[in-house]
Amino acid sequence: MVPLSYYLLLSGFLFACGVTGFLIKRNIITIFMSIELMLNGVNLSFVAFAAHWHALAGQVFVFFVMVVAAAEAAVGLAIIIAVYRTRETLNVDQVNLLKL
Amino acid sequence: MISVHLILFLAFGAVCVAGAINLLVQTHPINSALSLIAVMAALAGEYLLLGAEFVAAVQVIVYAGAIMVLFVFVIMLLNAGEEERTKGGSRVAVLFGVPGMLIGSTLVAWVVLRHSGTEAVAAGALPGDPKTIGQLLFHDFLLPFEITSVLILIAIMGAVVLASKPPSASSTASGKKVG
Repeated sequence: MVPLSYYLLLSGFLFACGVTGFLIKRNIITIFMSIELMLNGVNLSFVAFAAHWHALAGQVFVFFVMVVAAAEAAVGLAIIIAVYRTRETLNVDQVNLLKL
Repeated sequence: MISVHLILFLAFGAVCVAGAINLLVQTHPINSALSLIAVMAALAGEYLLLGAEFVAAVQVIVYAGAIMVLFVFVIMLLNAGEEERTKGGSRVAVLFGVPGMLIGSTLVAWVVLRHSGTEAVAAGALPGDPKTIGQLLFHDFLLPFEITSVLILIAIMGAVVLASKPPSASSTASGKKVG
């Protein structure tokens, strides 16, 4: 038996790692992966709460989060390809103009 | 007394924590992507411990399989190299990140202290098989399900439009990126 707080602690740690990576990383692809890490942390707390409250709807919500993550990854990676095509860099500090 | 459940939780959790820290430490994006895949695989193990079998399978197939393959594909396609650090470029991030991290860790500590007495989560206490999930998804959550299908369609079209070559660039470019 594992207490609920252990799962929440792991979930919070993964989310904090995602936020830290989002803030300190300069590569736009790694920043994107940090967002995925945050979504995974939230998914873990969804499943843990579903098991704790005996509510299966929590597991269904994980699927919606996954769908949104897939859509976000598809569009975001397309944006990254478009950015790289025009700027030829992946460093976000050099992508600071809306219009070239 | 330490149960097998707790040992498995700690093992998968250690892989999760190590992968998440490795994602932050590595400077090459391909190493970060591989550590993120390790985190996702270990999270699938955690879902299995919580009795969510179908979620665990979908986590491996969709997240570690499809989404991360897309990431690795883009990293290879763009030939992304080592991350170059710029000095003083992320002062805003430090300015807002440190208070944000403090607030977040305070919230996590509050949750742990507040709910340290809550009863344990039993393994397999909830039916997480595809039949039960599907019945819930197609009865109670039918409208959100249909809306997410429209969302996926819009995302596919947006990705195609964004990633396709702009028509003006191919005609006016000096030939350096055509083809």
